[in-house]
Amino acid sequence: MEAFTVHTGRAVPLRRSNVDTDQIIPAVWLKQVSRTGFEKGLFSAWREDPGFVLNDPAYAGASILVAGPDFGTGSSREHAVWALQQYGFRAVIAPRFADIFRNNSTKMGLLPVVLPAATVEALQAAAEADPTLEITVDLAERQVRWAGETAGFEIDDYTRWRLMEGLDDIGLTLRNADAIATYENGRQPWLPTTV
Amino acid sequence: MGRTLAEKVWEQHVVRRAEGEPDLLYIDLHLIHEVTSPQAFDGLRMAGRPIRRPELTIATEDHNVPTVLGPISDPVSRTQVETLRKNCAEFGVRLHPMGDAGQGVVHIIGPQFGLTQPGMTIVCGDSHTSTHGAFGGIAFGIGTSEVEHVLATQTLPAYRPKTMAIEVSGELPAGVTAKDLILAIIAKIGTGGGQGYIVEYRGEAIRKLSMEGRMTVCNMSIEAGARAGMIAPDETTFEYLKGRPHAPVGEDWDAAVEYWRSLSSDEDAVFDTVVEIDASALTPFVTWGTNPGQGAPLGSVVPAPEDTDDPAATTRALEYMGLTAGTPLREVAVDTVFVGSCTNGRIEDLRAAAEVLRGRQVVTRTLIVPGSMLVKLQAEQEGLHEVFKAAGAEWREAGCSMCLGMNPDTLSPGERSASTSNRNFEGRQGKGGRTHLVSPQVAAATAVTGKLTAPADLA
Ligand code: SF4
Repeated sequence: MEAFTVHTGRAVPLRRSNVDTDQIIPAVWLKQVSRTGFEKGLFSAWREDPGFVLNDPAYAGASILVAGPDFGTGSSREHAVWALQQYGFRAVIAPRFADIFRNNSTKMGLLPVVLPAATVEALQAAAEADPTLEITVDLAERQVRWAGETAGFEIDDYTRWRLMEGLDDIGLTLRNADAIATYENGRQPWLPTTV
Repeated sequence: MGRTLAEKVWEQHVVRRAEGEPDLLYIDLHLIHEVTSPQAFDGLRMAGRPIRRPELTIATEDHNVPTVLGPISDPVSRTQVETLRKNCAEFGVRLHPMGDAGQGVVHIIGPQFGLTQPGMTIVCGDSHTSTHGAFGGIAFGIGTSEVEHVLATQTLPAYRPKTMAIEVSGELPAGVTAKDLILAIIAKIGTGGGQGYIVEYRGEAIRKLSMEGRMTVCNMSIEAGARAGMIAPDETTFEYLKGRPHAPVGEDWDAAVEYWRSLSSDEDAVFDTVVEIDASALTPFVTWGTNPGQGAPLGSVVPAPEDTDDPAATTRALEYMGLTAGTPLREVAVDTVFVGSCTNGRIEDLRAAAEVLRGRQVVTRTLIVPGSMLVKLQAEQEGLHEVFKAAGAEWREAGCSMCLGMNPDTLSPGERSASTSNRNFEGRQGKGGRTHLVSPQVAAATAVTGKLTAPADLA
C-alpha cells in the first residue's frame, strides 16, 4: 500500500450526493482480471457528457476529489478505489462515505476525509472559483488546509498509523498466527465445511 | 446489561482484542465469485501465501454467466470465469461452475446447501452478503484486499459497528411482501441511514416472514448503508435448515439448536438506535429514482423535487428516469420485466410470480431467471416453467443476469424495467437503462399490463 502523510494538490468539485460505485466504475469494467487500467473506466458513463466536471481542462491533473454526501454507496467493488487512484486521486473529501468504500480506500492508501457538509461546500465553491487553488490534506496533523483556512478531520489512530506507514494488513495479522490457531481449536464442532 | 444478537455473535468470533486496534475477527465461511477474486489470488501468489482454510471457502460462477445455454461469448467474461477455475484448482477451493447442479448466485447457494447457519460470521467480496444475516449470523461484504486477507488468514480486522433495531410491528397486509417492507424501510431511513450499524430486524411482521422473505429483507440492508442486517434464529430458521446437506445432524444438531436459541437479543439489551415501522400500514412499494431510497407506494405519484429531502438529486433522478413530477406511478409504462437476483430469485419468489402469470399473457419482454440451478430444478418439478412459458415469458438458466448486466441480459439506453433486483442506480442494468425496483408480484402484474401494476389491480 502507498503510504500517505501529507499531500498537496488541486481539487475537483463533484457536486453530487449518493455517488455509487456503479457510477465510479460501471460493471463492464469489472471483467478484467488485472489490477491496472481502471482509470479509463472512472465515471465512464458520466464522462461521455462534455459538461461533466472531469472533462473540464481546468481540472486536469487535480488529485483531490471533493464530493457530496454518501460517496461510494452500493457495490463492494474495490475497483472503484483502484480507478480513482489510477486516475490520479490521492484523497476524497465528502461529508459521509459508505462503509465498504471507506474500508477499501484505507486498505489501498486512498485517503477518505470526512468534513462537515458546510465545509465541503465551501471547498467546492473555492475550487470552482479558482481551479488552480492548492489544497493540503495532512494526515499527520489530521487537517485540510486551503487559502488560509483550516479544517480538522477525525480518523482513528490505528488506521492513521497504518496509512502513514503504508502497512499491509495481512503481514500485521500473520504476526498473530498463534492466536488464530488457538481460536481455531476452540471452534464449535458442528460448524460446516465446504468439502 | 444484556447483549444484542449482533454483540453475542461478534464476541464469539474475536480472535484477538487490543486497546486502540480493531478486533481480529474469525470468519466461518468465505464465499467467492469470479468478479472480485482474481486480484486477491494474484496477491497470494505474489506473496507465496496459501489459503489458510480452503475448506471454509466456496466458489461459484454467477455474475458473468449467460442465462441461455451455451458457452460465454464475450472473451473478457470468459477469461474471468476461466481465471476463477484455475485459481480454485490451484488453491484447492470447491467450485460450482456453470452447468454444475450446485451453481447459482453466491447468496442463494450458501443458504440452500445449509452452509449459512445461525451465529456464523460470513463474508464475500460482494455487498449483498448481508443476505445471510437472515439466519442470525453476521454477514457482510468486503473488497478485494479483504478477500485476500481472509484467504490468507481466515480473519479480518474490524471495528464493531453500532447496533440498530428496526422494529416492525403489526402484520403485512395481503399482497404486501418482504420486498415492499424493505423498500419502505430504505425510503424511511435513507441510503445512508444504516451507515456504521448492524441492523437487527425485529417484531411481529419479521417473525412471520419465511426464510425467503427474511433473506429479501436482509439482502437490501446494504441499500440503507448498513454494514449487515440480521434476524434472530427461531423455529422458522431451524425448520429451513434441518436436513440440508451441510446442516449439523444427530447430537450436533441438538447442541447447535440449543446454542442458536441463546443468540436472541436479551430482553434488557440496549440498541444504539431504534427505528419503528408499522407493517399493517404498508402497500406495494416501488422506486421512481436512481437510488433505492427514492421509492414510494405504488398508489402514489412521482414526487416533485421540492417535496423531497434532496431536491437537486431528485431533479437529476427524474431527468435520468424520464419521469415528470405528479405522474401516477401506475401510469409508468415499462418495456422489460426481470424476475430474479439474490433479492428475489428464490423458489418462493418464482411461485409468487407464477401465480400472477397463470392463465395470463405478458405484453413486455419478461425474463424469469432462477437464482440457482437447484431453484430452477425445483421450479420445473413444480411446473412453474410451463406457466411462465405459456404466459410468454422467457425461462432462463441461473445467474445474476439483468441485476447488473455483466452478461448479455441488459437494458438498452432509455429502456425501462420493472425489476425484482436491488439497485436502480444509473446504468445498473445496462447503459442508459431505467430501473424500477419492485416485488415479484408487482413485476409479474406489470408484465401483464405493461405499466407498473399490483396483482390486485388485475381483473
Ligand atoms: S444477483 Fe445482483 S446483487 Fe446479487 S450477487 Fe448477483 S449481481 Fe450482486
